[in-house]
Amino acid sequence: MTARRILALLLAVAVLVAPAFLTSGYVLFQLTSTAIYAIAILGLDIVTGYTGQVSLGHGAFYAIGAYATAILMANFDWPFWATLPVAGGASALVGFLIGFPALRLSGPYLALVTLALATAVPQILRAKALEAWTGGVQGIVVTPPSAPSFLPLSQDQYLYLCTIVVAFVLYLLADNMLRGRQRRAMIAIRDHALAAEAAGIDIARVKTRAFAVSAFFTGIAGALSAIVVQFVAPDSFSVTLSIALFVGLVVGGAASLPGTVIGALFVQFIPNIAEAANKSAPGVVYGALLVASLYLMPSGGAGALRHLLHRIRSHRPPTTETAKQGATIHVE
Amino acid sequence: MNGFLHQVFSGLATGGVYASLALSLVMVYRATHLLNFAQGEMATFSTYIALTLTQAHVPYWIAFAITVLLSFALGIALERLLLRRMTHHTALAAVGVTIGLLLIFNALSGWLFGYTVKEFPSPFEGGGNGAVLGGLMSAHELGMVGVTLAVLAVVYAFFRFTPLGLAMRAAAGNPESSRLVGIRVGWMLALGWGLAAALGAVGGIMVAPVVFLDPNMMSGVLLYAFAGALLGGVDNPAGAVVGGFAVGVIENLGGAYVVGTDLKLTMALVIIVAVLVLRPAGLFGRVVVARV
Repeated sequence: MTARRILALLLAVAVLVAPAFLTSGYVLFQLTSTAIYAIAILGLDIVTGYTGQVSLGHGAFYAIGAYATAILMANFDWPFWATLPVAGGASALVGFLIGFPALRLSGPYLALVTLALATAVPQILRAKALEAWTGGVQGIVVTPPSAPSFLPLSQDQYLYLCTIVVAFVLYLLADNMLRGRQRRAMIAIRDHALAAEAAGIDIARVKTRAFAVSAFFTGIAGALSAIVVQFVAPDSFSVTLSIALFVGLVVGGAASLPGTVIGALFVQFIPNIAEAANKSAPGVVYGALLVASLYLMPSGGAGALRHLLHRIRSHRPPTTETAKQGATIHVE
Repeated sequence: MNGFLHQVFSGLATGGVYASLALSLVMVYRATHLLNFAQGEMATFSTYIALTLTQAHVPYWIAFAITVLLSFALGIALERLLLRRMTHHTALAAVGVTIGLLLIFNALSGWLFGYTVKEFPSPFEGGGNGAVLGGLMSAHELGMVGVTLAVLAVVYAFFRFTPLGLAMRAAAGNPESSRLVGIRVGWMLALGWGLAAALGAVGGIMVAPVVFLDPNMMSGVLLYAFAGALLGGVDNPAGAVVGGFAVGVIENLGGAYVVGTDLKLTMALVIIVAVLVLRPAGLFGRVVVARV
């Protein structure tokens, strides 16, 4: 690692940690929940952005993760960090079982199945038969962890920092996974399934795996949300949540890691701002921006930003180094 | 036994609505290979137009006709203005655009007509809640089935016996050759969207007296319609109709005897997954073999 990369990494860490000490209360809570949305959208991005299999039901995996953590913490007194892998695993398992039949086929079947799943999940959580576990309509109250006594942190700060650490680890994992062979296989399936198959890629396997990993990420996001919100109930996980994640992904920019963060900021802040104007406004803004993004900036906010940076850079007078490079190329 | 029959018949009544919505989904899917996730919300919006007209003392059937015509025009306008401009036809864009429409129509319904649940008049209940067929169906349910079947018959006759219907089928089946013989394929696709929107409007108007009207009225209905379309075969219009009726009956029987009413929507999921596992092409669909 070069000195420059280490510096960039330190800067990133500083920017991420700073809000814990610069903000507090509701603002810090909003930032925590932005980080959680970012993880959820990152999960969605793996299967929808990179592999091209549209899921409209990631809210369901979010819900499964949240309930897994809530049940383990409330009924079995597990520490919160130990519940995260279980929550992710439960989501991945359901994702695998639901996704497998749809992912064998090409076409919009996954969107259909996942939409049905997302619509059904609040009903299932409310069902009488599961009430002993899920608490039915009442939901489950979660006691959030306090910072260990040797750290001089408030609970809000602690939760924010824990979320950031988990998010950071998951982004590193995703970044690692979305490189090289795996990435090429996924993108090949998205862009030309037939050619991918001809090149020897086991389409059904890559798609199903991507879907399971994707559900794992979003499940962990749900688990974190249960801890931070301190409460889970069926109505928090309606189909609206799934659609919000989808809109966040498209508006932020599919198949882009920075895009997931832009999408999360969008999902966290825009509806609140829009709702101040009118109760219907969030729906109109979501719908209109979704359509507008698809037509006008198919690579989303991240793509637009990249384009902008590129233009700024190319307008800058060339430094000696690039000028020299240009000269060499010219000579060749 | 009588209770069982009652459940079957009232399942057939709601099944009729699923059938008309399933048919509109299949029509759009055949023509443009899009699953129109906004079909249900468009139908809800149309139903609000019908309600506004009847509240303005327009006679029921005239309001019905105006609504169907307006919905037809709306469907055509959407295809012409929005969908045909979709140049980069990725899977994400294909789903995203109709999800965007879903959000917009849902919000518009709430914005223009309010979020309170509204009653919707039925033309078939002249005096009281008259039960017919020996108490197996309410008058409205019978009327609903009648209207659905009549509309489906008209649609069938249109596609089977008119030159325009033939041209539309040709445009959906083989756009390139159709264009060569002089069919204006773009307009045929727009007509398909228009017809689908009109069919959806009929479904919405028919189901509204039963489930009551609010901006989210069709979100569940849409899932059953998808299940019906998938069960019948997603590229087979007749299959979609049969599938829609079947899903109505399955849903009602399951709700009454197996899972109870609070898990009814889960059955749509179960049907969809079961079809994909057991018979992905549906009961009457063709197995598509891609040419490489």
